[in-house]
Amino acid sequence: MVDLISRPRARTRRWTVQSAVGGTIVAVVILAAVVGPLLSPWPPNATDVLASLEPPSLRHWMGTDSVGRDVLTRSLVGAQISLVAGVAVTAAALAIGTVIGSIVAYAGGWLDAAVSRVVDTAIAIPFLVVVLATVAILGPGTVSVGVGMVVVGWAVYARIARAEVLALREHEFIMATRSLGYTSARILLRHVVPNVVRPGLTFATMDVVAAMVVLAAMSYLGFGAQPPVADLGSIIAAGQPFLLSAWWISTLPAVILIALGVGVGLIDDGFSLRRKVS
Amino acid sequence: MSDVRANTPLLEIDDLRVGFGANPASASLTVHGVSLRMDEGRIVGLVGESGSGKSLTCRSILRLLPDRGHIVSGSVRFDGRDVLGLSRAELLAFRSKQVGMIFQDPFSSLNPTRRIGSQMVEALRLALGVSEETARGRAVSLLDEVDIPDPAGKLRMYPHELSGGMRQRVMLAIAMGAQPRLLIADEPTTALDTTTQAQILRLLRRVRDENATSILLVSHDFGVIAEMCDEVVVMYGGYVVESGPVEEVYLRPRHPYTRALIAAVPTLEVPDRDYRRPTIPGPPLGTTRYEGGCPFAPRCVNARPECRDVPMTLVPIDDVHAHATACPFEGRVSA
Repeated sequence: MVDLISRPRARTRRWTVQSAVGGTIVAVVILAAVVGPLLSPWPPNATDVLASLEPPSLRHWMGTDSVGRDVLTRSLVGAQISLVAGVAVTAAALAIGTVIGSIVAYAGGWLDAAVSRVVDTAIAIPFLVVVLATVAILGPGTVSVGVGMVVVGWAVYARIARAEVLALREHEFIMATRSLGYTSARILLRHVVPNVVRPGLTFATMDVVAAMVVLAAMSYLGFGAQPPVADLGSIIAAGQPFLLSAWWISTLPAVILIALGVGVGLIDDGFSLRRKVS
Repeated sequence: MSDVRANTPLLEIDDLRVGFGANPASASLTVHGVSLRMDEGRIVGLVGESGSGKSLTCRSILRLLPDRGHIVSGSVRFDGRDVLGLSRAELLAFRSKQVGMIFQDPFSSLNPTRRIGSQMVEALRLALGVSEETARGRAVSLLDEVDIPDPAGKLRMYPHELSGGMRQRVMLAIAMGAQPRLLIADEPTTALDTTTQAQILRLLRRVRDENATSILLVSHDFGVIAEMCDEVVVMYGGYVVESGPVEEVYLRPRHPYTRALIAAVPTLEVPDRDYRRPTIPGPPLGTTRYEGGCPFAPRCVNARPECRDVPMTLVPIDDVHAHATACPFEGRVSA
C-alpha cells in the first residue's frame, strides 16, 4: 500500500488496444441509442399493419415487425431503456451496498455480524427468485424488475466495501481524523467511503452489462417492459415466433446486447492488462 | 493569572490502567498504572520500546483506543477537567480544539483520495468555525509556518505528490490549526531519514517556543528525547520505571532499564575496532508471561529474587529534582 502511494508517478498509457476497441463499440451503441430515434422518421410504437414483416430495405433499414413497426427505431429506443435501467440498477446497488457495508464494517460488533449474515443470505438466494417475487408483489414492469435486482444486488457491493473498510479502519489517517474531533458520520462519508468506492466501481462496470442481460431476460419472459414500450429483451421475444420467416426482428436487439457486453468486457480487459503491465 | 491556575498542571494522568478485552472488567492489562504530569509549555518525552505502553498511554489522553481497548481505571485531567468523564460532544470538541496529534507514518496519515487543501480546510472549518475562504487563507499561512515552500500550490496537491518530510509538516500544520495547548507527537520522526528527522524536531521545538504549546513526544530513541525534552518518562512493560528532568535522567539514570537504554544510543566515538555497542540481554517484551513484580527483572543484570515481588511505585530519589525511580535497589548496586 505504502509502495503504491509513494511511487513517483510514471507516465503510463491510459488506453490499451483492447480498451480502445471496447470503448469505441460502447460509444457507438450509446450514440446510436441517443441520436438514432431523434433522426428516425418512424415513431417507435406506431403500427402499420399493411407494412408488417417487411424485410430490410431503404425505407426500413432493419425491416418491420409483425405489426409494421420499424425494427431499427424500436431497437434503439429499447437500447435506451436497457442502458438507463441497467446503469440505474447498478448505481443504486453500488451506492446502497457501499454505504451499508462501510457503516457496518466501521461500527463493527453485533451490527456487523448481523448484516454480514444478511449479505451472505442475499448472495446465497437465487437471484431470479427474488426478482420474480418482487415482480409478483409490485406487478410487472421495468421498475419492479429493477427494484428486485437492487434488493439482491446491493449485497455484493456491501461485501466488497466491508472488506475494504476493515483494512482501512486501522489506517493512521482514520485515526488522524478521529484525533481532529470529526464525528463518525463525517469520517465515514467523507474519508472512508471515497477510499472504498473504487473496487466497487470496478465491479460495477461489468455488473452493468449483467444487469442489462437480466433486465432483458425478464422482459423476454414478459415480466419487464410492458407493451407498447419495449426494451431489447421484449423485442427479441416478440420476434421469436418469426425467427425462420423474419430473422431481422430478433437479430438487431440481440446484436446490440452482445455488442454492449463485448465492448464493456474489452474495456475492462484492457484496463486489467494495463494494471498488470505497470 | 490566579495561583490556582498556575498550580494546575496542563495534563495530569493518574494511575492509568489500559487493557484489552470484550469489556473493561475482563480486560487484560497492558498499561499498569501510569502517572504523568505536564506543565504548560514543556516538552515531555515518553520513551520505551515497542509494547511498553507509550502509544496506548498517549492515545488514552484523547480516548482514541483501538478496538476492544479500554481504560480500566485511573484518571486523565486536562487543565483540571476530567477527560474520561467528557460527554460525546465535549470529547469531539476537546479533540478538535485543545489537543493536536501527529503520527508515526506520514505516508498513511493523510487521506490519499483528497487534496491537501480540502483536508486542511475541513479540519480548520470544524475547529475554528470559519468560512471556506478564511480557512483557505489560514491553511496557506499554516503551511508557511512549517516551512513548506509554495504553500498555495501545495494545497492543490494530493498527499502522494509530497515527500515523507513534507507530509509530516502538513500533518503538523493540520494539528496546529486550532492552536491546541497540547501536541501529542507519537514517534513523529521514526519513519523519516535522519536529515528530515532533525528538521522536523527543530520545527517541533519552534512550535513550542513560539506558541507555548506543550508537547508530549513519544519515542524509542533516547537520543531524540535527550535532545528535545525538558522532562522524560521512561516506560517498560506498561509501567513507568523512571521519570525526571531529562538531564538528570540522562546523566544519572537510576533504573537498570534506563541505563541500558542510554548505553544503547549510538555515538560517533568508537573505542576500538572490536567494540560492540551494548544491547539489552534477555527476551524482549511480550515473549514471556508477566508474573508480577518488576517487568524488567528477566532481562536485568542486577536482578535478584526479590524483584518478583517489588511494588512498581515511583520513589523520589532526591528532593531538589523531581527525579524518581521504580527500582528499590538502585543506589545499592554499582552505578
